[in-house]
Amino acid sequence: MERDTLVKVEDLSVTYHTRIGPVSAVDHVSFEIQKGEILGLVGESGCGKSTLGKALMRLIEPPAEISSGHIIFDGEDIMQYDEEKMRDFRGRRTSMIFQDPMTSLNPMQRVDDHLVEAIQVHEPKTKREKALERTTVLIERLGIGLNRLGSYPHQLSGGMRQRVMTGLGLVLNAELIIADEATTSLDVIVEAKLADQLREIRDEFGVTLLMITHNIALVAEMADRVAVMYAGHVVEMGDIYTVFEKPLHPYTQGLLGSVPSIELNDRDELFKMPGEPPNLTHPPTGCRFHPRCQHAMPICSRLEPDLLKTSSGSLVHCWLYQDHPEKTEKTLKV
Amino acid sequence: MSSSFRKFLITRLLLTIPMVLILVSLIFFVMRVLPGDPIRSQLGPRVSEEQANVLRERLGLNDPILVQYGNYLKDIVTFDFGNALTQGERPIRDELGERLPATLELTIPAMLFTTIFGVGLGAFAAKHRKEPVDYIIRLFSIFIYSIPIFFMGLIFQIIFGVRLDWLPLSGRMDSMILTTFQSKTNFYVLDAILTQNWPALGSAVSHLIMPSLTLGLALTGVFIRLTRANMIEMLRSDFIAAGKARGISEKRLVYHHALRNTFIPILTLIGLQTAILIAGAVLTETTFSWPGIGRYLVERIALRDYTAVQSTIAMFAFFVAIISLVMDLLNAVIDPRIRY
Repeated sequence: MERDTLVKVEDLSVTYHTRIGPVSAVDHVSFEIQKGEILGLVGESGCGKSTLGKALMRLIEPPAEISSGHIIFDGEDIMQYDEEKMRDFRGRRTSMIFQDPMTSLNPMQRVDDHLVEAIQVHEPKTKREKALERTTVLIERLGIGLNRLGSYPHQLSGGMRQRVMTGLGLVLNAELIIADEATTSLDVIVEAKLADQLREIRDEFGVTLLMITHNIALVAEMADRVAVMYAGHVVEMGDIYTVFEKPLHPYTQGLLGSVPSIELNDRDELFKMPGEPPNLTHPPTGCRFHPRCQHAMPICSRLEPDLLKTSSGSLVHCWLYQDHPEKTEKTLKV
Repeated sequence: MSSSFRKFLITRLLLTIPMVLILVSLIFFVMRVLPGDPIRSQLGPRVSEEQANVLRERLGLNDPILVQYGNYLKDIVTFDFGNALTQGERPIRDELGERLPATLELTIPAMLFTTIFGVGLGAFAAKHRKEPVDYIIRLFSIFIYSIPIFFMGLIFQIIFGVRLDWLPLSGRMDSMILTTFQSKTNFYVLDAILTQNWPALGSAVSHLIMPSLTLGLALTGVFIRLTRANMIEMLRSDFIAAGKARGISEKRLVYHHALRNTFIPILTLIGLQTAILIAGAVLTETTFSWPGIGRYLVERIALRDYTAVQSTIAMFAFFVAIISLVMDLLNAVIDPRIRY
């Protein structure tokens, strides 16, 4: 199914200025998010996926900064927005559901005050009663009892708090919702429930969802497309079935091989990726994955591949599938 | 009032009893270990030992120490406090009743000033962390924290009292106005307003400015630093980031969300600072000849007036205990997580 593009990320880089030098947590990344899709963004801890999510709302704080690139949201480059326009953009057009529901709500503010505030920040003229009225459908949809509205965050369970967080993300009908490890801190049953709700909400309200997670099973379950990040690069991106059935990038292959299976007769050893994620103050030359790659070729340590479309439809950032005059090995056909 | 709350309140009130008891006992014995005695300090060395002994006998100072201690505890428990040993032997309760309002009139504006100014500057510095204004505020907080109170008072007196001649140097009111001024409560500002005596009000307020500013400024440094440190931590917390992602303005995040959460440690600090406030009041009152409890204490320590010193300290202890209890209660009011 072809969809319109909602977000077009072009050449986006985020640099952390640390004492030992600049760290490029997101390095010249380009990709698109399509309207109404669920895009899963996966990768190891520290690969830059959360930073990328924050960058999409320009929430990068010093000592980090967005050092290059454009973020075209619905045809407009939000990198050109001033702070006032950006403030209006956040929450109303793109919203974010955070990782830790325990600490992401103001402990001294009641649930209803959170909701009313989220609306009134963007629509100062809306009266409290009107604002609350607007939230009731959503509140019930998410399974937050109306009697919970007067509660303080500490009086709610983790799952309930995450529903409140989700409600806050949805209350202004944002077009893009970024769920940054939104389900990670929940137990599996609550997680499955929330994941289901997110999908239903996507179907019902037509929102676009960017799901940032290291839970590959959850992505397989929910997402339409998946992007795999490694050391600040998107290394593979494509339709969920294509990528999961025939992963092309050696990192994706390794990542999928590392996922435990609950099949009882499946006692095969899990794949253990050799080496460690690279230190990004001094990233490896060429392809950042080459020191850990089983298929590394001479060219891999010298030149960086592009993120190119293969005939399977996926985009892959790997020399195995790309020609170059300096490359001596045969290019694999997909 | 829930029963658990009542239990908390009663426990806290009961806990102040051993606290005050330990403190007054300590003071009782320390006073007696100190060299010098109330009789000699008052009568001087020329009076004969027999005459001094007559006075000692009359004041009960020849009784065994434990009997004196018992009598003293009885005085404290009945809130009678007995009479002073020196200078007219006035009932201490009358003396404190006159002087406590003077001290409160000095300390309340000082505390208000330090809270508003200290918290405001601290929050502002946290918002502008690592900008020049932050460094200036931090330098200022260290600077005023390290100046002794009496020295700051002297500097103010020289500048505003002598050189510029804007403010009176000492006392609570011009003596001319004071002769006709009727004070019922001993809170001069309050009385002047109640009797609509505007010249008296002007005089009382102008006398109040320098001492309360001195005392307030001396405490401000700690408030600035504590507020700043807590605010910075609060501004790093997840709910602030989440709020920002919902489009809440930075100003609102800083002054509404973060500052409200920062008030919990600040209230605790206010309770703790009360003790320092009283110590500061002693120095301030001495510097500005303010007829409050602090100055009374200093005078009576010099005279080794055992009962006066003991009773004043007992009242201070009680005062500090009450304030810290009030702060705990306030904490429970503003923090929904605390329920007794």
